[in-house]
Amino acid sequence: MPVSHSISPSPAMIHTTDVLCVRDLHFSYPDGHSALHGISFKMNNGEKAALVGPNGAGKSTLMLHLNGILGGHGEVEIGGKRLTRDNLPAIRAMVGLVFQNPDDQLFSPTVFEDVAFGPLHMGLPEEDVRARVEAALEAVRMSGYRDRLSHHLSVGEKKRIAIATVLSMNPSLLVLDEPSAGLDPRARRTLINLLRELPITMLVSTHDMTMVKELFPRTIVMDEGKIVADGPTPEILDDEKLLTEHGLEKP
Amino acid sequence: MHFDAFDRYHEKQSFIHHLDPRVKVVITVIFIISNALLPDGAWLAFGLGWVFLLFTNSLSGLGPGYTLKRSLVALPFALIAITVLFSIPGKPIFSFHLFMWNPVITDAGLLRFVSILIRSWLSVQMAILLVATTRFPDLIHALEHLRVPAILTTIIAFLYRYLFVLTDEVFRLIRARESRSAAAPGKKVGGGVLWRAKVAGNMAGQLFLRSYERSDRIYQAMVARGYTGHLYTLNAHEMKSRDYYVTAFVILLIFTLQVIGRL
Amino acid sequence: MHYSPVPMHIPDGFLSLMISIICWIATASVIGLAISKTNKSLGEKQIPLMGVMAAFIFAAQMINFPVAGGTSGHLLGGALAAIVLGPWAGMLVMTAVIAVQGLLFQDGGLVVMGANILNMGLVTAAVGYGLYRATSSQSKSVRLAVAGVAAWLSVMTGALLTSVELWLSGTSDLQIVIPAMLGVHALIGLGEALITVSALAFIMQTRPDLLGGESESAKGSQTWAYVGALIAIIVVLFSPLASSDPDGLERVAMNMGFINAGQSAPYSIIPDYTLPFLGETAISTILAGIIGVIVVGAAIMLIGRGMKAKA
Repeated sequence: MPVSHSISPSPAMIHTTDVLCVRDLHFSYPDGHSALHGISFKMNNGEKAALVGPNGAGKSTLMLHLNGILGGHGEVEIGGKRLTRDNLPAIRAMVGLVFQNPDDQLFSPTVFEDVAFGPLHMGLPEEDVRARVEAALEAVRMSGYRDRLSHHLSVGEKKRIAIATVLSMNPSLLVLDEPSAGLDPRARRTLINLLRELPITMLVSTHDMTMVKELFPRTIVMDEGKIVADGPTPEILDDEKLLTEHGLEKP
Repeated sequence: MHFDAFDRYHEKQSFIHHLDPRVKVVITVIFIISNALLPDGAWLAFGLGWVFLLFTNSLSGLGPGYTLKRSLVALPFALIAITVLFSIPGKPIFSFHLFMWNPVITDAGLLRFVSILIRSWLSVQMAILLVATTRFPDLIHALEHLRVPAILTTIIAFLYRYLFVLTDEVFRLIRARESRSAAAPGKKVGGGVLWRAKVAGNMAGQLFLRSYERSDRIYQAMVARGYTGHLYTLNAHEMKSRDYYVTAFVILLIFTLQVIGRL
Repeated sequence: MHYSPVPMHIPDGFLSLMISIICWIATASVIGLAISKTNKSLGEKQIPLMGVMAAFIFAAQMINFPVAGGTSGHLLGGALAAIVLGPWAGMLVMTAVIAVQGLLFQDGGLVVMGANILNMGLVTAAVGYGLYRATSSQSKSVRLAVAGVAAWLSVMTGALLTSVELWLSGTSDLQIVIPAMLGVHALIGLGEALITVSALAFIMQTRPDLLGGESESAKGSQTWAYVGALIAIIVVLFSPLASSDPDGLERVAMNMGFINAGQSAPYSIIPDYTLPFLGETAISTILAGIIGVIVVGAAIMLIGRGMKAKA
C-alpha cells in the first residue's frame, strides 16, 4: 500500500526553509475592535516557538489567520504558498490548528471518527484514512483508544487526541492554543514530553512560562496586536523589564 | 462526570453484541411492529414473544431477566389507556362507586387494556435490549446505513457528543443557583413561582448563549480540518453472512408468531 | 440524573400500527421538506449549530423550577427552538431530540416515534414560530407576550394531537382523554411559556443579534404566521368543543371514514388487522397468502446474500 506512515513534513516542504512567513498582517473584527497591527515573522522548518502575551493580546486571532479561518490584510505564506481563497483546502491540510478546549475540537462520538475527520475531508481513500488514523494515534501514544467514546476520556487524554486529529492530516506546521491549560501535573508532563518528541514545526500559544523555558528555543511576545519581542527564549526570559511590561512572569 | 447515568450500553462479548447494528435495529423494529399487529388477547403469541425476549436476553450475556428489571419506564403511560376498561361495551365483570359515577369494568375492556399493556411491555424490553447491546455511535451508523438523511444522523451524533458536556453545564448552573438560594432563619427561600420560573428561564438563556458560542468554536475546528459544508463518513460496518441468516431467521420466526396469534 | 417524563412521549404499543404509519408518513414528509429548506437557505455553519442546539434543548429540558406540591415546571422546547433557529432548523433539532430520547432512553417508542416527533417536534415548532413570527415588527414586550402564548398553545396543540391519535388507536376514550390531556398540559404549558419567555428575554438583552437570524427566512413569514394562527384558532375553538361534545368529533371521524359505520368504536378500524373493506372473504385469505410468500421470499433473499457475504 502506498501509504505514508510518517508524521514528518512532506517531501515538498523540505526544499523551502520557511515553513511559515507572515508579512504585515492587520485585522479588525467586524465590530471595529482592532486586533492585529502589522504582524511579521517567519518560522524555519523544524523550529519550535512559543507565543506568549497577556489575554487579549491577539494570540488566538493570529492563530486563526494561519489557516485562513480569519482573513485580514497582509500576507500569510505556508511552505512558500501564499494563502488565498483558492488554495484554502491545501493550506488547511498543511496547518494543523489545535484549539484550547478539546471539547470543541473533539466533536464526534468516537475517537476514531474524530481523528479520521481531517483525512476524510481531504478526500483521501478509505485505506489511507485508516492508516493515517493509526499513525496519528501511535504518534500521541494513544493507539489503544481508537474505539473509545470521546466523553469517556480525561482532559489530558482529550488534549492528546485533539493533537492526533490534526496530525492525521500530515501537517507541516502545528499550531496549538494553550495546550497545557487545565491539566494536572502528570498529564502536563506527558504532554510536554509528547510535544518535545514530535518532529514537526510548532507554534504554541501559552501562559505556561515553565513549559516555555523547558521546551521552546524561541519565544515571540505579543501585546495589543503587535509583536513586541522575538528571540531566543533565554534572552527573553532574562529581560525582566520586558516581562513585567507585558504582564508576564519569569518562571 | 455524569456520563454513567446516561450510558445504557453494557460491554460484553456476546453473539448479540457482535451482530451488525443495523440487523439489531431492523429486528427490534420488526418485533415491535409484530406486537402492534397481534390481535387483542393473542395470549399464546404474546407468551412466545416473551420467550423470544428471554432467549435473546440470555444470548446477550446480560441474563434472561435483564430487560425485565428496566421495563417499567412505560408504566405511567398506562393511565392513559385505563379508560378502555370502562368504555368498551361487553359483559360487566366488576363495578364500584366513585363519587357520583358507577364505573363498570367489562370483559372486553379488560381484554383490550391488558393487551395494550403487554404490547407496550414487550416492545419496550426489545428497545432496551437494543441499546444495552449496541454502542450509541454504532446505532447512529446503523441509521446512516438504513438511509436516514445524513443531516439528521449528524445532528444526532452532535447531540450525543454534547449532551454530556451541556448537562454538566446545567448541573453547574443548578448548583450555582442552589448555593445562592440561602435564606435567613425563619424566612422563606426565594420568591414566588414567577420569580422561580424567571430564574429557570435565565438559566436556559445562559445555556443557550454558551451553546451558541460553542457551536461557533466547533465550526472553526471543523473548518480547520477541511470541512466545507459536505460531510463524509466511512463505512463503519460490513454485513457478514451470519447477519443475513439471523435476520432471515427472525423474520420467519416473527411471521410464525403472527400466524399463531391468529389461529 | 433524570428528567421528568412528560405524558406526551407515547410508548410503543399504545398506538395502532395504522395510526403509527400515518403519523410516520406525515412526519417524514415534513422532515423532508425541512431538510430541503435548510439545505437551500442556511450556510455550512448550520450543521454544528443545529447539533449543539439539539444538545441544548435536551439539556434545557432538565432545568426545572418547583411550582407547588412537589410538581415542577420545565421546558419541552419546540417553540423556543423554532423561534431562535427558525422553523425548519427548529423542527430538525426537535426531531433529533425526540429520536435520542426514544432510542437511548426509551422515553417514547420506536414505531410510534413518527407520532411523537409530529406531536412534540413539528407541530409545536410550527405553532410556536408562526405566532411569534406574526409579531416581528412589534415592540419587545409584545413579542415576548406573544412568544409566551405561542409556547403555551404549542404544548396544547401537541397534547390535543396526542389525544386524538390515542383515541383513533382505540387506546383511550375520547371523552376522558381530551379533557385529561388538555388539563394536565394547560399546566405544563404554563411552565413552558414562562421559561420560554424568560429565556427569550435573556437572549434579547444579552445577544439581540442572535435573534436577527430569524429574518433570513422572513420571506415565508406571512405563511408561517397564517399557519400558526390557523392551528392555534383550531385548537382554541376545537378543544372546548371536543371535550364537551366528543360525539361531534366521533361523527366527523365517521364521516371521514375513520370509523366503520357498523362498528361502535374506532379501534376496530382494522379489526384483527385484516383489511377492513375486504372482510372475511376469499380475497383476504389470498392476500394473507401473498404476504406469506413475500415474507418467505425476503428471508430466502437474505440467506442468499448471507452466503455471498464474508463469514
